[in-house]
Amino acid sequence: MEKLLLSLIVFLPIFGVAIILFLPAARLQLIRATATITCALVLALSVYLVYIFDPHAANTGTALGGFNKATLIELPWIKSFHIYYRLGIDGLAVSLVFLTALLSFLACFIAFPIKLQVKAFFVLYLLLVTGMMGVFMSLDFFLFYVFWEVMLLPMYFLIGIWGGERRAYAAIKFFIYTLLGSVLILVVILAYYFKMSALGLNEYAFNIPELIMRRPFDEHPTVGWLQIVLFFCLFIGFAIKIPVFPFHTWLPDAHVEAPTAISVILAGVLLKMGGYGILRINYPLLPEVASLSWVMYFMALLGVINIIYGAFCALGQTDFKRLVAYSSVSHMGYALLGIAVLSNEGVNGAVFQMFAHGISSAMMFMIVGVLYERAHHRDLNRFGGIARQMPNYFALAVVAFFSSLGLPALIGFIGEILVFLGVYRYSAELTGIALIGLLLTASYILLTMQRVYLGDPKEAHNSYRDCTVWEYCALVPLALSSIVFGCFPGLLLDLVKNSSAAFVKLFS
Amino acid sequence: MLPLLESMTVLQLAITIFASPLIAFAILSLSHHKVPRHGDWLAITALFVSFICSAEIFLRSFASDNPVMLNLSYSWLPLSAKHSLSGGILIDHLTAIMLVVVTLVSFLAHLFSVGYLHDDIRYGRYYCSLLLFTTSMLGLVLANNLLYLFISWELVGLSSYLLIGHWYEKKSASNAAIKAFITTRVGDVGMFLGLLVLYDQIGSLQYADVFAAVHFSADLATWQTVAGLGLFFGAMGKSAQFPLHVWLPDAMEAPTPVSALIHAATMVAAGVYLCARMLPIFDAQTLLVIAYIGAFTAVFAATIAIVQVDIKKVLAYSTVSQLGYMIMALGVGGYTSSIFHLTTHAFFKAGLFLSAGAVIYAAHHEQSILKFGGLYKKIPITATCYLLCTLALIGFPGFSGFWSKDAIIADVLHYNLVGSGHYFLGFAALVTVFLTAFYMCRQYFLTFFGQPKDEHLHSHAKDPNWTMTLPLIILSVLAVFFAGGGHWFPEYAPKKSGFEQVLQMTASEANTLELSHTPTAGKHQNSAAHSSEHGQIIDAHKLAMMLSTGLAFLGILVAYLFYYQNSKGQTRFSAQKVAERFPFLYRLLVNKYYLDELYHFLFVRSLHACAQECQEFDRKVIDGFVNLWAKLTMMATALVEACDRIVVDYYLVLGLARSVTRAGNRASALQTGKIKAYFVFSMCSVLALIIVLFFIV
Repeated sequence: MEKLLLSLIVFLPIFGVAIILFLPAARLQLIRATATITCALVLALSVYLVYIFDPHAANTGTALGGFNKATLIELPWIKSFHIYYRLGIDGLAVSLVFLTALLSFLACFIAFPIKLQVKAFFVLYLLLVTGMMGVFMSLDFFLFYVFWEVMLLPMYFLIGIWGGERRAYAAIKFFIYTLLGSVLILVVILAYYFKMSALGLNEYAFNIPELIMRRPFDEHPTVGWLQIVLFFCLFIGFAIKIPVFPFHTWLPDAHVEAPTAISVILAGVLLKMGGYGILRINYPLLPEVASLSWVMYFMALLGVINIIYGAFCALGQTDFKRLVAYSSVSHMGYALLGIAVLSNEGVNGAVFQMFAHGISSAMMFMIVGVLYERAHHRDLNRFGGIARQMPNYFALAVVAFFSSLGLPALIGFIGEILVFLGVYRYSAELTGIALIGLLLTASYILLTMQRVYLGDPKEAHNSYRDCTVWEYCALVPLALSSIVFGCFPGLLLDLVKNSSAAFVKLFS
Repeated sequence: MLPLLESMTVLQLAITIFASPLIAFAILSLSHHKVPRHGDWLAITALFVSFICSAEIFLRSFASDNPVMLNLSYSWLPLSAKHSLSGGILIDHLTAIMLVVVTLVSFLAHLFSVGYLHDDIRYGRYYCSLLLFTTSMLGLVLANNLLYLFISWELVGLSSYLLIGHWYEKKSASNAAIKAFITTRVGDVGMFLGLLVLYDQIGSLQYADVFAAVHFSADLATWQTVAGLGLFFGAMGKSAQFPLHVWLPDAMEAPTPVSALIHAATMVAAGVYLCARMLPIFDAQTLLVIAYIGAFTAVFAATIAIVQVDIKKVLAYSTVSQLGYMIMALGVGGYTSSIFHLTTHAFFKAGLFLSAGAVIYAAHHEQSILKFGGLYKKIPITATCYLLCTLALIGFPGFSGFWSKDAIIADVLHYNLVGSGHYFLGFAALVTVFLTAFYMCRQYFLTFFGQPKDEHLHSHAKDPNWTMTLPLIILSVLAVFFAGGGHWFPEYAPKKSGFEQVLQMTASEANTLELSHTPTAGKHQNSAAHSSEHGQIIDAHKLAMMLSTGLAFLGILVAYLFYYQNSKGQTRFSAQKVAERFPFLYRLLVNKYYLDELYHFLFVRSLHACAQECQEFDRKVIDGFVNLWAKLTMMATALVEACDRIVVDYYLVLGLARSVTRAGNRASALQTGKIKAYFVFSMCSVLALIIVLFFIV
């Protein structure tokens, strides 16, 4: 069972797709139920995975040592090129696998109101889930790339078909940006393949843990230009996903146009792939570049720019969803900043921040979506006084907004404080600048709350009903997660801490 | 010790204190609309339980020789296999005092709210927020490390935000809520920085570790100054010290019991608590900064208070001013006097706010003191309570405020007397005594004496029911007797009241045991607790008592002359004439020194402008670049496409097709339809094929 567990999690959604394909397109309820149950099963398996995951096993001695032995699977796939079907998880991956499973399950509920081509929607949706899970588990470079692309395509259609008015523009922008990133990653994959072939190590050419151990491009003690080029190819590939300034402008467009459920996945999971790629591949493959002092400073600076610039942009928005999208840019800046400084606190903080952002941004997008369902617009200046008309929704929104604000005892705080604890050791002035972000975040969050929820109730909103059952199903678990992980961060950090310690060790 | 609680351990008591409002909060936030009366009874009961347990801890704490009753840590934030950030509980004398203050005032405020907000549309939600506040505040004082303190610190900020914005239909309320949150968060950023510095240097945020580290760092390190200033900046935000005080007067948008509990007695005192707790880490320069900020705030806020007309705003500025006293006392090393004043202030200021609430309630939510007048006869209980609390605040001899304020002034004067200079501190402390007496009596005369200004309002005013008067009476009794009973002018001697003596013990014991050394304050400066300077302390106390009593009476007299109306409705002097004489000064004070406008101009406007710039930059420059790139690509593709169409398609493909057609046309001439000709062709072909196969293969 344990050997099959990872494959089950990855391919169960495909099984769901197969079932849905056989269902008649008119049976909407049945299609929705199938998709939701599939995602629920994936979630159940992920919870079981977390349960059996032994965080103490993570050490970096051997190539696959840091990965959970019981679930590790390695089968030859394309023998002539030494491409393997190799899945494995460590603390970094397991937390994101759980997040993916949770969000893809909850986003199903939010997708229920979709009326257009429901069958096709859920087919693509489940394919997307497979792609995402695969990315977080692959330990084979080629396989990783395959999953990376598998996830890209359904996303393109999901935005392009079910999106808003400017969906074509947004979908193409998303696709081209991401494709550009993929191409850069592909270049690096090829470079490693040829280098390993030249070294006569063909059998390890795509083996990520082996590549990390062997470092084929290492020219200790010097760092050559080739390493730097490869490093930045990978970095740009992943940075587009995070997204890092100035590669971020696909994000607001994609978010604004995508349907709510897809925004949830986009912000909650897809952005994490960028961070995960950096943690799993980019930095470990080329630690000698990552620990160059100018690279460290540059990366940290990018993180700080993301935080401040994203927050300022969010403050300037009048579209509710765009505002949330920019807040994602700002929040993911903390993750980049935490990784950049290569300290234990920082990396733990970055992983926590990614998880936290997954929860809080998903909730924020759902909050926007719930309102959009009723108002059919997102103009902040036209809302006001909603708190009176939708009190329960308002209570959930308060949790979402304050999670996003980074209020202690909610999930957003832990990542931020850990990142700051790590960054202060590295550079006091960057810390000082990044701290301004805390004030900007508070400003845009509170001003938005005021504009949307507070004030005199407007008559136009009298017809708005409080959340539906499905909306509660999606929002309440997230609110609870925010509180639980905010009050007991050890639940997550216990899974992650050894893996992040192993990560940091690569650079010492 | 209380009979029923004897069997409980300190830990059990502490957990009960914290958990009881927390559980009530959890229950009510999920189901306040389902329980009768929106669950106010549950909230009040929970607070009562908390209070009883706190009282038990308080009594035990002062009966035992060991000041640290409980110091328990556990791993909360694991960072690696070995290292983690801890959480934990600490109960010592300071905590015990704070617990009692918080739970008692909170209990009374909850009780008072039953009447004050009985017809409120969000009655249930109000109690939820109030419970959340109390829980967080208890967390704040129970924490044994700066991380937990910071968490609770932010959470009290949240509940303050929610409660200031309780009537969020009013734009002014939601604006005030945002202002309060952001302004205190400015302070919190400083505090956060302080935390980072401490963690960077020490690797832990436990109080005990921090103090030990400070103790062992022999030389005066820069990081210590930075950390100290950072933490103090946080305290400035929460305790509304200049220049971060601007949020507190606006926070009066909150329902009055909230003002009493959060914005007078407890939350705003958290800054003072933080500084008292962290006193050992402040070095000499930091302490001086603290003293000056406190002193300046005390005078500054008092000057604004003398021209305010909103009954709550006057009290708000008075709170800022009194907090300034406490902060100043800490700056000169007066740990004892500061906490003493914190305690007495909590009682009499909460009493004042609740009484003001009763006045406002009686006056149908009218808050301007210019509309009141002659209310003494209509609402005698409220007026009496108000009077007692006012006298305590003024520092009328014998009242609780007298002892605590005297202690602070004595500490400050002593600091001056030992030749340190800094006479501004003593001057500020004394001027504020006069100003306090003046503005409080002005308010009292205008509200309760003289002729009623609004007949309708006057005729309908009556004392509220017991749920509102009982808290008033309890707080007024505390305002009179707390720590001060039986000390009617004890021959100008520095004889301390019983409570103060215990506090003194707390200070020294806390310093020796929990902090494991005498505070830095003691190293670099004179602490009032040093017995070697006994004579000077006596001098300071004598001087303080004489001067402050004299100035307080002077303040009362001036207020009497300007604002006490005789039976004909006339005052001895006209305040209006004075205002007309100094129009600039008057406008300056009424407009609170134009600080709000200045901040709006400096920060709010520039922030929004910057946000607009960023958003434009994003849309025009970055996206412009992306779109331009896309356009160029499109143009390139159009070019290629044209090339494809014209060169490849037209000339090559179509051209080829045309030549093929032409060739076909020509070849079609061969297709004659004559069998013989076909036969000849095919024979020739076969022949040719045979020849080719034969010769080539």
